[in-house]
Amino acid sequence: MIYFDHSATTPVHPEVAQSIHEVLTRHYGNPSSLHRLGVEAEKLVSQARERIADMLGVSRNSIIFTSGGSESNNLAIKGAASRLRKRGKHIIVSSIEHASVHDTVRQLEQHGYRITELPVDQSGRVRPEQVETAIQEDTVLVSIMYVNNELGTIQPIEEIAAILKRYPKVLFHVDAVQAAGKIPVYPEKLGVDMLSLSAHKFQGPKGIGILYKRESVRLDPLISGGGQEFGLRSGTENVPYIVGMAKALRLALESQPAAWQRVSGLKKRLVEQLTGAEGIEINSPADDALSVPHIVNLSCPGLRSEVLVHALEQRGFCISSRSACSSGEDKPSRILLALGLSEAQARSGLRISLAKDHTPEQVDRLAAALKQVVQELRHLMR
Amino acid sequence: MQPDLILLRFGELTLKGKNRTRFEDMVISHIRNLTGDYPQMKIVKTFGRVYIQLNGAPYEQVAAQLKKVFGLRSFSPVLRAELDLADIQQAALRVMQSLGRKPGTFKVTSRRSYKAFPYDSMQLNRHVSAYVLSRTPGLKVDVHEPDVELWVEVRQEGAYVFSEIVYGTGGFPLGSNGKAMLMLSGGIDSPVAGWQAMRRGLRIEAVHFHSYPYTSERAKQKVIDLTRKLSEYAREIRLHVVPFTRIQTGLKEQAPENLLITLMRRAMFRITERLAERNDALAIVTGESLGQVASQTLSSLNTIERAVSIPILRPLITTDKIDIIRMAEEIDTYAISILPYEDCCTIFQPRSPSTNPNLGVVERVERRLAWMEEAIEQAIQDTELLIIRRGEQEEPSNSLF
Repeated sequence: MIYFDHSATTPVHPEVAQSIHEVLTRHYGNPSSLHRLGVEAEKLVSQARERIADMLGVSRNSIIFTSGGSESNNLAIKGAASRLRKRGKHIIVSSIEHASVHDTVRQLEQHGYRITELPVDQSGRVRPEQVETAIQEDTVLVSIMYVNNELGTIQPIEEIAAILKRYPKVLFHVDAVQAAGKIPVYPEKLGVDMLSLSAHKFQGPKGIGILYKRESVRLDPLISGGGQEFGLRSGTENVPYIVGMAKALRLALESQPAAWQRVSGLKKRLVEQLTGAEGIEINSPADDALSVPHIVNLSCPGLRSEVLVHALEQRGFCISSRSACSSGEDKPSRILLALGLSEAQARSGLRISLAKDHTPEQVDRLAAALKQVVQELRHLMR
Repeated sequence: MQPDLILLRFGELTLKGKNRTRFEDMVISHIRNLTGDYPQMKIVKTFGRVYIQLNGAPYEQVAAQLKKVFGLRSFSPVLRAELDLADIQQAALRVMQSLGRKPGTFKVTSRRSYKAFPYDSMQLNRHVSAYVLSRTPGLKVDVHEPDVELWVEVRQEGAYVFSEIVYGTGGFPLGSNGKAMLMLSGGIDSPVAGWQAMRRGLRIEAVHFHSYPYTSERAKQKVIDLTRKLSEYAREIRLHVVPFTRIQTGLKEQAPENLLITLMRRAMFRITERLAERNDALAIVTGESLGQVASQTLSSLNTIERAVSIPILRPLITTDKIDIIRMAEEIDTYAISILPYEDCCTIFQPRSPSTNPNLGVVERVERRLAWMEEAIEQAIQDTELLIIRRGEQEEPSNSLF
């Protein structure tokens, strides 16, 4: 079985698992306890925070630990909306955000918020000028993801941030869950106010993530209680996973440049073999400058994604039909529709994730298997 | 603008001859100490000047470290140019354009020590000035009180252009003025006092009084963290942690309540004096500031200090709290200091501590505490010595990350 679904989740790095195990079994104190066991646990959390902050080039107090990308997104959006509810009720997002952003703002709509969804071009990109045009008197927040999870498209975050600098009352949140470990993520360089990360996308465990929040930004907490995480996210800290995440991030950042090189080569190879294949259309932008090479999205119009996924599984390959969080739905991919693709294309979307440990031979075999499966199914569907 | 060199200027210009050289060498040693991350940097003494050759090291980061060096009055980022007028003019323009605040007026001062150069100082002034003026709209010349002075120096080995003067922290080179013991409580004031003492050339060793279980591990960790902050200016600082529980509980049980703080402080000073003797320190440094709390009224200071005979240095004695806080923020100790862990000075707060303790009464009370002398000796015996090194995490848990 060859795993090609890293955008859904990544295997935990063995060294990370080791660290987690050690902390889980030996450092079980509650960081809020007064005794030595508590103090040690607290030190581990604070060390993790410091190291992560250094790796991202930000201050310690701007790192908040959460239970993952979805919680980070919820905290950023709902926390900001709540805090700024007197200032305004208009939020701008892109039309290709992850469900934890998309559905969250839809939920806010029920509470009287107005949402503007910015369209994307055929590469899946938002145009920075459109952000500015969409700003209204009472806009409080803009949330745009860095790397799209289905297509791999990179959004022009720095340009958008530069524009938003002229609107100091508008906060800028970036869901960078798919970017970390693939391309450099430096919140201050990008110029954003808040940024979400999730450990299980960079070989850390599931259930732990980060919200970067510029120190001057004020949020209302989602989860209140004991006051942990600067009062923004109460709850006894998940010490083993926090330590594991710090280690995973370090390992991911260390191997990132070499990984990118390697994966670029693999993507080129895969795309070459699939271009022109009958029944297969590649949706991800070809240009390396516009998208990360780690995610390749394609459509097989007329066929159903789920069937294709199972067929490839039979042949020993794990891929995904679209965002894993929406896999179960029978609806066409919201992202692909936003791109302007037809319903047939959007219903037959496949997402292949490439990682540094894949070999060219594995990629060749995947391409061959995919072409074969498509051919067989098309024959059947005739 | 990425400078080629940094020109260094040392403080206390009254030094002459061998003393001056020794002073400079100590400052240079401190600079090397703090710029270990940039091995490509070289420090060069030529023709009575001291320069740093950056050789590609990032100016901003090096400048940040230079601001921590004691004994350095100021420094300037310098551009080097070839011994060619056009090159010098271009360098001059770049220097002017890199200034943070655009000046309204300027003046060029040239010095030509390399007599073979075809233009003399006056001509250089004119040529450079004209070049800069023609390319800088709104700039005017003022030879009397210019906003900015642009220096051009033509020497045998090249031409140097600079203008910006960055003020350093001044003071005396690290450790050049002897050693003192710093009473480090974990509050806002004592770390600032420690830094002030270090800046003036004192090598300090820190002394902290710990009353476990009345004070917590976290309080001790806080003091270790503060010491580590101070060690960023030195290389390592020795921290003496004195177990004070027995003395403190003994006083609580037997001494009049309103004199508790006074007697406690006298005991602390005695212990610190003996630690000073054992470690060849000639003074004690404290963060005391006149009039803030009961133990810091003039009357209290008087009564407390009489317990020892070693000189007590109080850098903050006349400094306002708001300025102390500002300094604490500048040396990055404020955030650590305000962490809410009790130290032994707050743990046994009497309801109304005496602000005007009578020395005679205090001495009489002390004479009745027969166990005190032995307790003090014991506390010194049991003092834990920690060596806090700059940048080093004491955590054995590094492998987990």
